Amino acid sequence: MSLHRISGGLVLAAPPRASAVGAIRVCPLPSRLYLPLIESNGRALHCRVVPGQRVRRGEALAHAADALATVLPAPTSGHIVAIEDRTIAHASGLTAPTLVLDADGDDETTALPPLPGWADETPQTLRRRLADAGIVGLGGAGYETAEKLVRPVDTLIVNGAECEPYIGCDEALMRERAADVVAGAAVLAHIAGAANVMIALEDRMHEAAAAIRAQQHRFPALRVVLVPTVYPQGGERQLIEVLCGREVPSGDWPVAIGVVVQNVATAAAAWRAVAHGEALTTRIVSLAGRGVVATGVFDVRLGTTIEALVAAGGGYTADAARLVLGGPLMGLALPHDGIALTRTSNAVLVLAGDEVRPSAPELPCIRCGDCADACPVRLQPQELLRLLRNGDEAGTGALGLADCIECGCCAYVCPSQIPLVDWYRSGKSALATAAAARRRADHARERFLARNRRLAREQADKVARVAARRERLAQEQAIVAPTRNEFAETEASGAAVTVAEAPETTAPTMDKSAVLAAIARGKARRAERGKAPSQESIPVDPADAPPREDAP
Amino acid sequence: MKTFATGGAPHLPAPVRVRRVMAEVLLALLPGIAVHAWIFGIGVLIQLVLAIAFALTVEAAALRLRGVDAAPFLGDFSAVVTAVLFVLCIGPLSPWWISALGMLAALALAKHAYGGLGCNLFNPAMVGYAVVLLAFPRLVSQWPAATTDLPTAAQAIFAGAAPESWDTLSSATPLDALRQLTTQGRRLGEIHNAALFQHSQAAAWTAIVTAYLLGGLYLLWRRIVGWQAPVGVIAGCVLLALPFWLFDAETHPSPLQHLGNGGLLLAAWFVATDPVSGCTSPRGRLVFGIGVAALTLAIRRWGYYPDGVAFAVLLMNAAAPLIDRVTRPRIYGHATRVNDAHD
Repeated sequence: MSLHRISGGLVLAAPPRASAVGAIRVCPLPSRLYLPLIESNGRALHCRVVPGQRVRRGEALAHAADALATVLPAPTSGHIVAIEDRTIAHASGLTAPTLVLDADGDDETTALPPLPGWADETPQTLRRRLADAGIVGLGGAGYETAEKLVRPVDTLIVNGAECEPYIGCDEALMRERAADVVAGAAVLAHIAGAANVMIALEDRMHEAAAAIRAQQHRFPALRVVLVPTVYPQGGERQLIEVLCGREVPSGDWPVAIGVVVQNVATAAAAWRAVAHGEALTTRIVSLAGRGVVATGVFDVRLGTTIEALVAAGGGYTADAARLVLGGPLMGLALPHDGIALTRTSNAVLVLAGDEVRPSAPELPCIRCGDCADACPVRLQPQELLRLLRNGDEAGTGALGLADCIECGCCAYVCPSQIPLVDWYRSGKSALATAAAARRRADHARERFLARNRRLAREQADKVARVAARRERLAQEQAIVAPTRNEFAETEASGAAVTVAEAPETTAPTMDKSAVLAAIARGKARRAERGKAPSQESIPVDPADAPPREDAP
Repeated sequence: MKTFATGGAPHLPAPVRVRRVMAEVLLALLPGIAVHAWIFGIGVLIQLVLAIAFALTVEAAALRLRGVDAAPFLGDFSAVVTAVLFVLCIGPLSPWWISALGMLAALALAKHAYGGLGCNLFNPAMVGYAVVLLAFPRLVSQWPAATTDLPTAAQAIFAGAAPESWDTLSSATPLDALRQLTTQGRRLGEIHNAALFQHSQAAAWTAIVTAYLLGGLYLLWRRIVGWQAPVGVIAGCVLLALPFWLFDAETHPSPLQHLGNGGLLLAAWFVATDPVSGCTSPRGRLVFGIGVAALTLAIRRWGYYPDGVAFAVLLMNAAAPLIDRVTRPRIYGHATRVNDAHD
């Protein structure tokens, strides 16, 4: 098939020893596992266990807020010893409530019932299974897989095009567990109703491609596509552009154009969940960089600390300078290695001093445009930077700041070492804050206008009622006209002037006298109330409460 | 538990730094400097030393006045690049104070008054050259017809003493002579038989042009510059000059004669590619280059100055923000181009 090209991007030479993708090794099960009760998008997970409770591997510890309540399975059997605040992988070094699980070493497992006849199951059933097995996107975003497959699509892309150099977990998985990946692609395609299914690999992954092709008989409809190794071609939107020649509309999801992208590890996990009833309790993590003694790819139990993973890789070398969770372009520098690996942790980099960008002072932008050339979204990063520095948020919105995928290409090539992505992140959050404020203001205005409308409506009702009552009064008084003067005099005890000026009765002036009478009554009432505040309130609505004096 | 210092992504070292960009540009200018020195003599090198010294002095003083730490900026070579470009524009026997004046205008006025590196609207070297060209048109456009030795050059530059015989000075570049002669009503056929073009000087200018071309191709190969601006200038020049030349070769110079003047190729590779004062979008750079070519040809044809490259570049500098604005590419996922963001 013919491939399309993305704009910009970088051809990054993989550094020596960067992704020594050897065989997958199993990281030993640590005695203690840590499971943050937070989703990758920052939302809290609903905890289902209490300290002291014994859990078995695969049991639900917590669940997410999605419609199917995708669970967080227990990675091994043992006791929950505490729920405590621990540092999570977050740019601001935040803490989150974390389940602490003491492994008992038995690794006693509860499996869900296998679904060998999955091809005859409804998508709903299979999505239920994915949620119960705790399957989320393993490529890094961590979106609940069951939730992502709600809407049927025509194209499913299984993403094996590793995004960043140093990361080798997907390549190793495809090479060693190709059967799971291919079968998982079939399951996901069945759920999504996709007729067009592709698996994308980078053109350097020869062994992995061969392994996948060898398993293709499991799912003959699956097309194996090799894409050029250009960063960030493994990004969801970029991969869709390369394979389908279509762009995901700004602000929308791929499903809007009938495409869904799932990582190869997600596909393999989905297969284990459906065919074997296994919950997601492990994942493949790359350990790379010259700051560790032995790099490699590890099968890691979720909740393992980075410290334990690095220990499995032989420990740190003397010149370990920076610890990064994720890749070298988008990864997050961590303050310490006591942080636990979660379902979205695809790589741990320990960079040596000379692998790390030196903290040189930021120089002024020389508008060289290298950033614009590298941008896969065709933004003009230099213009965005100028607007952000001037505090012009509206301008950045118009120039597509929200479309930035934060791939870091611009910041990588910048000869002035300007941390462009940091600027864009803060600009985006400023835009989001401004949008939230605007929503609040809109809401307040709506409420205010609604109140005004209600008051106006009530006022109109009142006027109408008064008019109706006047008419009724007028009719009544037309009947009792002869006694009208007397009635006015007796009533208006505190309003002599009014009475004195009361005109002689004729039919057309009845209205006016009725009004005068009402005013006089009101005054009397107010006087009464002033004298005796404790007295029960008197109904004031003329329609509801005909004046007592009216009674014969 | 081991602790680490954190830092923002990307974590890999930058592939290119500003300092290296400028250093590569200087490297690419070396052939041009060498050929200039070989043809016009030691005066070129004296001017270079003078201009670079003035440039660094003005740069340091301006940074100090702005209250900025001078160290990272003096080392970024950007002032040196400005000085070299300026020297390649002026006649090699111009008085020493021409360099001082030029660098003052280029760096103090055009660069630091606008906010320093990255903020200047106009190319500093071209502002410096334009100022001295407007103020002292005769002094800065004297090109010696032959190599001058050190005493002669030093005397001319520092004492203002003309060489023994001003006859050794040609009035200007061949193209300028051509223009002057055609305005006198001479036909090109006659002019080519005139003394100037029998001289080895035409060959000398060819050597200069070749040197610039080599430097430019080096920058292209090192990916320091994009192809758009140089191709815009060169292709623009050829395509605009060709119809006139085909229409009447007797009164219009050929495209090759236009390109054969050093100024245009210097501008194509080293001035129109200036990132700060040029366009940033790829299509914008192409438009920028074509604009430089068109304005240069127009000034050569109808203007009063020997060469219009500097003015053409400055005019296009002024138009660059507008060009950038209308040549923004369509953003991924957007149906149409965004070109009227409020700013």
